Order: sequence, then structure tokens, then C-alpha cells
Amino acid sequence: MLNYLLHRLALIVPTLFFVSVLIFGLQQLLPGDPAIALAGEDRDPEVVAFLRAKFHLDEPLPVRYWYWAKGVLQGDLGDSVRIQKPVSELITEKLPVTLQLAAMAIVIALVIGLTAGVISAVKKDTWWDYGANVFALWGLSTPNFWLGILLILLFAVHLGWLPASGYVSPFEDLKENLASMIMPAFVLGNAFAAVLMRHTRSAMLQVLSSDYVRTARAKGLDERVVVLKHALRNALVPVITLGALGLGELLGGAVLTEQVFSIPGFGKLIVDAVFNRDYSVVQGVVLFTASAYILLNLLADMAYFYVNPRLRH
Amino acid sequence: MKRLLFIALAGFAAIANAQTLRIGLAEDPDVLDPTMARTFVGRIVFAGLCDKLLDLDEKLNIVPQLATSYEWSADNKALTLKIRSGVTFHDGERLDAAAVKFNLERHKSMQGSNRRGELAVVSSVEAVDPSTVRIHLSAPFAPLLAVLTDRAGMMVSPKAAQAAGDKFGAHPVCSGPFKFVERVAQDRIVLERFPNYWNKGQIHFDRIVYLPIVDSTVRLANLRSGQLDFIERLAPNDVQNLKSDSRFKIARIVEIGYQGITINTGKSDMAQKNPLGKDARVREAFELSLDRNAIVQVAMEGEAQPGNQWVAPSNRYYAKSVPIPKRNLERAKQLLKEAGVPNPSFTLMTPTTSDGQRLAQVVQAMSKDAGFDIKIQAVEFATSLNLADKGQFEAYVLGWSGRADPDGNLQTFIACKGPLNTSGYCVPEVDEAIEKSRTSLDPAVRAKAYEVVASHVSKDRPILYLFHRNWLWAHTAKLSGLRTVPDGMVRLQGLQMK
Repeated sequence: MLNYLLHRLALIVPTLFFVSVLIFGLQQLLPGDPAIALAGEDRDPEVVAFLRAKFHLDEPLPVRYWYWAKGVLQGDLGDSVRIQKPVSELITEKLPVTLQLAAMAIVIALVIGLTAGVISAVKKDTWWDYGANVFALWGLSTPNFWLGILLILLFAVHLGWLPASGYVSPFEDLKENLASMIMPAFVLGNAFAAVLMRHTRSAMLQVLSSDYVRTARAKGLDERVVVLKHALRNALVPVITLGALGLGELLGGAVLTEQVFSIPGFGKLIVDAVFNRDYSVVQGVVLFTASAYILLNLLADMAYFYVNPRLRH
Repeated sequence: MKRLLFIALAGFAAIANAQTLRIGLAEDPDVLDPTMARTFVGRIVFAGLCDKLLDLDEKLNIVPQLATSYEWSADNKALTLKIRSGVTFHDGERLDAAAVKFNLERHKSMQGSNRRGELAVVSSVEAVDPSTVRIHLSAPFAPLLAVLTDRAGMMVSPKAAQAAGDKFGAHPVCSGPFKFVERVAQDRIVLERFPNYWNKGQIHFDRIVYLPIVDSTVRLANLRSGQLDFIERLAPNDVQNLKSDSRFKIARIVEIGYQGITINTGKSDMAQKNPLGKDARVREAFELSLDRNAIVQVAMEGEAQPGNQWVAPSNRYYAKSVPIPKRNLERAKQLLKEAGVPNPSFTLMTPTTSDGQRLAQVVQAMSKDAGFDIKIQAVEFATSLNLADKGQFEAYVLGWSGRADPDGNLQTFIACKGPLNTSGYCVPEVDEAIEKSRTSLDPAVRAKAYEVVASHVSKDRPILYLFHRNWLWAHTAKLSGLRTVPDGMVRLQGLQMK
């Protein structure tokens, strides 16, 4: 296990290097001149020239990569040109928001997805199963922004129960924070719950038809113990992978949901930075989320060892 | 008992909220440093944060703000300003002639300054005495007063600016009615009342919170649910719906900018490769195929004023001798026949904004009646700007947020060496007239010069001006004292909650 862990950790270094080259290279493929985009509507030639010099835009690509990589290695992700804030500060500002949104969405997705998946598998070919499948289809086919706007109209405009959008820090007011996050978290979690439900159902069906489950039942174990302790635990392996990937994706920011609910997280930050060609922000945030994604995958692999004893040998 | 307590608490909360004005912005502002700032939306925040030397009223007249009066020298090459006494910056520093000199010099000399071009004619600034500043110019420049009503006229604390260097925008210190508290990027900008504001009698809120909410439907939902008190840029298609709700009011004013189509008439080889850029008759036919009133109705739900010049017909410098041409399909077809291209085809580039694309589609459908075959090319905004600057376009849907002086809407786009002359238009007589309009302070002389420009531009059509949007604001009916100034800024002086 330790060897495996060390091996995986060693692989992170070249992966991150490759990711950094990729982020930097892909960004250069964006059409349009970043200096012009940043110079605003006046596009004053002197300002454009200043920005070009400041960001070494006239220098060859490897040189520009070197300037950036050198900064990153020294812990400096650069500054946002648009709002004059260090990228690391922006990440620190947005990370709790994105983490909270992702965590709440995952919890909602797990509660709905796992429950529906297990019930659907156990009650296969009954109305419970059909109902869960209809729910999954609905979750998968409903666009986030549309569901978001409908929820806003219902809960904020008509009923007045929740704020329409915006974010309040939990340290400022926990109740307000939960009120502002519940709708976006539900929108995100709902879509992901549908995916989890489908996977849980299919994994559970496979496990429930295996020999050891039949043996457990033959031993006279309570059905609840058979399903939850024996079957679900093994069925969770693919679900954990999916959950980790989903969480990684959510950490990268939920662009549309954040936009609709004006949640100041990573998604909104990256989109605005791309449209404004605020390169340092794009590079810094993508590098950070890529690192988080890699780490989450590693944690998911570690979790396999926990839930599936066979892997430990 | 619990219920009574709840009602009492709710009452207190309402009173507490009444001291805060929450404004929904359509975008997240850029850097909050007047020298470096470059977006329209940033100017709305500056209206609460930074006072200017001069201001505009509802009729676009220049009125005093930090400067109580101004006077031009006999040769019009020096402008003397009297600075209001007793004004301090948010950090307690005194605003005097030396501070004004520092600010104007900062605008001119700071690396990356977006104000340098606006103040290019300023050769030096002299602090005559603590309350008098004299701005020396290399040549007379009539638009200077209007320039000083915008970011170039905003004064920041010299002490804070020197200490913060190029990071000043992260914690701006000015002398406006509200001082900076915090900014969470893409979430909110919070300002609080500046107790020593020189005009504090006009300020009726303790805090201002600006919340950028990009989606207009969500912005409106926030207003309706009581999360916001005021939203800027209400979507035209929401006006009818909101009108019937007595809890809200809608305010509108015609913008100082314009919306139009820039035609590549000489920016690159592409101008000569398509009939629209090559032949003025085809451009005339294109204009005659369009019905501006219908465009305004369809693309803007009637929330705009049709126009054919860089200023709206209601502006004092609008050249009445060059009126809006009426749609004339027969004449358009005739012109195309004379040009030998009965079915000219060209590509109309538009940014991927819904407004831009809707306008392009209406234009495409209308001009088809005259025989035009327009292909719409929707391009991401920053990329479209780049293509326009390189001359890699045939026609381009683009608007301009506008400047208070007509020169700010004209020179940079139409003069031969204008930095935003993406049409590639260059006519010496036009340059001469523009120069005359800049160097004379006599409104009659300026108006005459603009007539000359209008007569040329309306024939050559490097830009087809189509309409001037209404700035649409929606707010709770409890809010009063709102002033609608055509520059689209939300002035906080006089605003109060009933």
C-alpha cells in the first residue's frame, strides 16, 4: 500500500508539469489579442503597448512559459490585470465558496442518488423502480440554468422563502448562507444524483445477483443487512470513482449554476477571466483545480482499499 | 407572543435595511482606479466613490462638483479651475490645488493609464494657489470640460495613491459621498457613508452595496423578491411585465452612445473585395433597405431612439440638415442595379451578445427585401475586436457607450488617425472639420463643423448609425430623488428611501 501511494505521489509531478504546459499552450490558442481585450473599449494604443510589454506578449511562447512557471515555483501565481488582485488571493477568496457548493451538492446527490439507486435495484421492475428511472431521466435532461431560474421564480419571487441569488459567508450569517446556497446546491446535486442513481442501480443489480449475496440470504441474514452491509459496500466501488470525479468537476466550478445564482466561485471566475483574457487568473485557477482533481483521484483510489478488502492483497 | 416578536424584529430589519441601498449591476466592474479603469460599469461605482472636478446635469450641461467654477484664457489654451474649499479625501487628506495637479499628472504619466489619450493636449498643470489650478494646453481643446466630468476628472488621495502604487485600485481612496469598504470579486462592492463629505446633506444612505448579476432575468428576480432596491440595464423585454407592478418604477434616458454597423471601407484589402466596402452606392442601398423605427421596435422593444449620427437627434450638436433617411426599397434596388450588383453578398460580424445577434438578424431580414444576401458571423467579443482592428471584416455590429462631448463619439472612429477607426475611413475635409470642432469653444462654430462632418459621413457611410438605446433602470417605488443623466451613471446624491 505504501509503495503504491509513493508511486502515485511521484507521478503527480510530471502530471502537473504536463497540465501546466497544456494550460499555457491551450490559452495561446484562444483567438484575439489579450492586450486589446484588456485595454477596454478605448483600446488606447499606448495602453495596448504597455500591456503587451508587461505580459511579455511579444516574446516567444517558451520564454513566456518560463516567466510564468518561475513565478509558480516561487509561489507567485501572478496578479489579475482586470481587478489588480493577486491570483492566490482570488483563489483563497473563492475556494471556500466553491468547496461549500461542491460539498452541499455532493451530499444532496449522494442522499438522493444512492437511496434511489438502492431502492430501484432492490425493488426492480416495480413502480419504485420505474419512478426512480423517471427521476433519473428528468435529472439528466433538465438544463441547470432552466431549473435554476424556475427555482428562483418559485422560491424567491413567488413564495419569498429564499434569496434569489448571491452569497453570504457562513461566518457572517449561517442561516443566510444556507438559504443562499440551497438552491444552487440542489440544482447541481440533482443532475449528479441522476448519474449516481443509474450507476448505483446497475452496480447493485450486479452484486445482488452474485453468489455471496445468495449465500448470505441462505444463512438467513436479515434482508436489510444483506443489502446495506454486504451488497452496497461492494457496489460502492464504481460509485466512489464517480463521486470523486464529480467532486473534482464541481471544484473546477459550476459555470452555469454560479452564473444564474451569482455565486462567486471558481466557475464564474474562470469564465470572466477567459472572456477578458485575464491570463494569470485562468492559468492560476486551472492549475489549482487540476491539482485538486489529481489529489481527489488519489484519495478515491485510497478509498477503494477501505471499502474493498480484496484490493489490499 | 412569538409572532409579535417576529413582526417587531422584521420591522427593525426593514428599518436597518432602509439605510442600505443595494444596486444590481449588469457586469462586474474592472479595477477601481480612475486612472486605470476602462469599463462602463466601473464608472457607475465611481459615481458613489469618487467625485469629479465637474459633473453633468440631465441636459448634459457642465455643472460644478469639486471645481466651483472654470474660466478659459483669452487664447483658449489654459483652463483655470477654482477648487471647492473644505473638501477632504476619505483618508482625511485635504483636497486642494496641489492634489488636483498630482491627479492630472498621475493620469498623464502613470504606466498603462487609460486617461493619457483623453488628456493628451494637457501640456502642464499649475497649482496657482491652494484653491486655484490652471491647466495649460498645447492647443485649444473644447472637449476638455466634458473629459473632466468623467474618470479624468476624478480625484484620488495623493498620499494613498503614492503608498499603494499600481495596487491602488484594490483599496481606492477618493473624496466622493461614500468610502470603500470591501470588494469580493464577482460578488459585491461595499461602500459606506463618508461622514465628512462636502455635500452630505444630499446623502441619505449609510451603505451602498453593488452586486454584479450578469443575467438580466436573475437581476430582475432579485429586485422583485426584495433582494435589490435598484437594477441597471433592465432588459427591454421585461419592461411591459414590470410596468404593471406598482411596487416598482422604471426610469429611462436616451444614452449618449450609439449602436450601429461599422463598414470596412478602407481598413484592409477586404474593403475592395466586397461590393459594400468598394461602392458607396451599395452602402446607400443598404441604408435605404433599413427601417430604423422597425429595427428599434423589433430589436429593442421600442426602448431606443432611432438615429443616424454619432449623437442622438435630441442632442444639441445633432446636425438637423442631415435627417434620418426613410426606408426606400425601390431606390435601394435601383442603386444596386446601377452598381451592377443586384444581389450583393457580405458578411456581417457581430459579437455573441443577444442584443448584437438580434440586431444582425433584423438587419439581415430587412435588407433581403432589397436583394442583399447577408451572412451573419457571430464572434466572441474580444476576438471580434481583434478582427476589427486588423480589418478582417466586411461589416461589424458594434456600439459605443458614448462620451458627454460629441468629440468622444466621433474623432476616435472617423478621423484618419483615430485609434478606433476600424472602418479605415479617411477624408481630409472631415479631419479638418473635426479639428475645428475641437479647437473652438463657440457652440455655434462647433455645430457648423459637425454639420460638415455629418454631410460627408452620411454619404460615405463608414459607420451606419442606427439607434441610441434607452438606459433602463428599475427600482423599488419607495426610492425617490433619482436623476436620469444621459451618461447612464447612478448618482447617489438626493436618492432616498421613503
